[in-house]
Amino acid sequence: MDSDDEGGFNSAASSIELDEEMSSSVDFDSDVELDDYQEDETAFEATAKDLAPRRKAYEVEYRVYSPKDIQAQQDDQVAEVANLLEQPPEATAILLRHVRWNKERLIEQYMDAQEELLDKAGLGQDISKNPPRLQVIDGFCCDICCEDTPGLESFAMNCGHRFCVDCYRQYLVQKIKGEGEAARIKCPGDGCNKIIDAKSLDLLVPTELTERYNELLMRTYVDDKENLKWCPAPNCVYAVECGVKKRDLNKIVPSVHCDCKHAFCFGCTLADHQPCPCVLVKKWLKKCEDDSETANWISANTKECPKCHSTIEKNGGCNHMTCRKCKNEFCWMCMGVWSEHGTSWYNCNRFEEKSGSDARDAQAKSRQSLERYLHYYNRYANHEQSAKLDKDIFHKTEKKMTLLQSSSGMSWIEVQFLEAASQALQQCRQTLKWTYAFAYYLARNNQTAIFEDNQKDLEMAVENLSEMFEKSTDQLAGLKVEMMDKTTYCMRRRVILLDDTAKNLKEQTWEFIVDMV
Amino acid sequence: MAGMSSKRLQKELAKIQGTLPPGISLVSADNLREWQMDLTVPDNPIYPPNEPYRLRFQFSPNYPIEAPECVFLALPNPERKVPIHPHIYSNGIICLDLLDAQGWSPVHNVESICISLQSMLASNTKAERPPGDAEFVATNRRRPRDINFLYHDPSV
Ligand SMILES: [Zn+2]
Ligand SMILES: [Zn+2]
Ligand SMILES: [Zn+2]
Ligand SMILES: [Zn+2]
Ligand SMILES: [Zn+2]
Ligand SMILES: [Zn+2]
Repeated sequence: MDSDDEGGFNSAASSIELDEEMSSSVDFDSDVELDDYQEDETAFEATAKDLAPRRKAYEVEYRVYSPKDIQAQQDDQVAEVANLLEQPPEATAILLRHVRWNKERLIEQYMDAQEELLDKAGLGQDISKNPPRLQVIDGFCCDICCEDTPGLESFAMNCGHRFCVDCYRQYLVQKIKGEGEAARIKCPGDGCNKIIDAKSLDLLVPTELTERYNELLMRTYVDDKENLKWCPAPNCVYAVECGVKKRDLNKIVPSVHCDCKHAFCFGCTLADHQPCPCVLVKKWLKKCEDDSETANWISANTKECPKCHSTIEKNGGCNHMTCRKCKNEFCWMCMGVWSEHGTSWYNCNRFEEKSGSDARDAQAKSRQSLERYLHYYNRYANHEQSAKLDKDIFHKTEKKMTLLQSSSGMSWIEVQFLEAASQALQQCRQTLKWTYAFAYYLARNNQTAIFEDNQKDLEMAVENLSEMFEKSTDQLAGLKVEMMDKTTYCMRRRVILLDDTAKNLKEQTWEFIVDMV
Repeated sequence: MAGMSSKRLQKELAKIQGTLPPGISLVSADNLREWQMDLTVPDNPIYPPNEPYRLRFQFSPNYPIEAPECVFLALPNPERKVPIHPHIYSNGIICLDLLDAQGWSPVHNVESICISLQSMLASNTKAERPPGDAEFVATNRRRPRDINFLYHDPSV
């Protein structure tokens, strides 16, 4: 599923198996492209263009890099620029870091004001003529430790601030280990802005720290580049390259899939939040945080049966609840009778704006706005919660898969449909969750109505699939085909919703009730 | 390395016990790791000329690579107040770039910190606490060196 070839092009379409399956059956006009992709002259651009599959409106081009790739990329750029400027690689690396890896700006500044640039970057004079070395100087007393033993080894860059080698090392250890600095460590002298160059560091950095030091240098390389970001998953070492710029983020939601399987937004590095643009995600999370006390009780995991009022705990992802006591079947989200949901599902999905007649009453207005918020929050939180429960169920399902193999004689491959279904559920819940945050900020118009129809369709498909997970193992074997169909259908509904939303986002035809800043 | 800070501190102490600029005096250094200094501020109506302020310095084994922890103390006897200043919280914590990792240089020392603080007070024109003082003092449980002050204004 994910490309094993580290150097290979990895698009959203090829990294999600289920999506790929979809693209053959659903035909979309997918030549929507952001104009800015062409601007960056990155190494992979040429091949990417040739290989790029037709993208859906909600997919972006990106590439995943290993630490080795990042190092190689850095080395290549240093070598290339060193050649151009006729500077040693060490000095070039410092210059590149100084201009935050903006090659064009470096070359321009170098041509315009070479001395000034070298000075600012802490390279004052040609270091190749005067390689850094430790020296023993008669009568030297170290200003840091006050040591003046004869034969004391000391070091100074050409700024002349000389300290004993132990103090210099101790200082570097503090900067690298304690403060996580690497690319821009300054001379320990008071107020001295001279940056310690790579050659001096080679001489001074204790060997046990060189690995950490290089790691930090690599960090700054990625941090400095607008088109590179670290995968935010804990312990993940990959970085992702994507051409989507900050200014485009109201027009596209750049979801990327790391090789570690984590899906995140390249714009804000939060977990994948399609179809909701970053700016609305930020507003929404802030709002939820501010209103968390009100919202907390809503998202609580227990509710009363609307008929007999016994307490019911939700123990699976499905919204179709059956009260153990009175057998009343109802919908967890709207508490409405379940049998009505076949024809009037929208009761559960839409919030009917109250008529404006009582809106003049300020109190009613504020209550209405809270109700409106809670309506969306309730559904948002519900899908978040359900996704967690679905995950639990899947872990139990893994055991079911093993049982199923032995009881039905199915092979491991043949029971994979359960894993596919579980993954589809997770993904669709993630999308659904954010559709409610998105919908909260939408003005009411025809386009919003279409969106809510799509949302409703996806929601229904998800609940249908989720319900199947609660079947017992012996029933599952016979339901394989049905489950696979429902999985496919879910993913299709998701693609339709995402594609439609993304196209309108790109064309900026959505009408929001807040400013997109 | 443990010996580094001791030797340096002993040298600093020897110098401080000799001469110090006017208005700065050593109160105690019985423990080499914790010193107290008194500071008066000349020529600023905000601070009475005869009212000394007490500074406490604590040194980690990593001093002077690491800055010392330096705070103003409020004491009953002899009475010492925390000087009012837009960069000094009422619990004595000082927001001065010289004292955090970015601004500290191992070449600085107790004397140079005292001189900086003295001139920071001497040039002050606002008899006020930093914004959010009450909240900060009520909630802060961190040590000064672990706080990332966002508010550095060298002009005050
Ligand atoms: Zn220097
Ligand atoms: Zn030394
Ligand atoms: Zn990752
Ligand atoms: Zn985002
Ligand atoms: Zn009941
Ligand atoms: Zn419902």
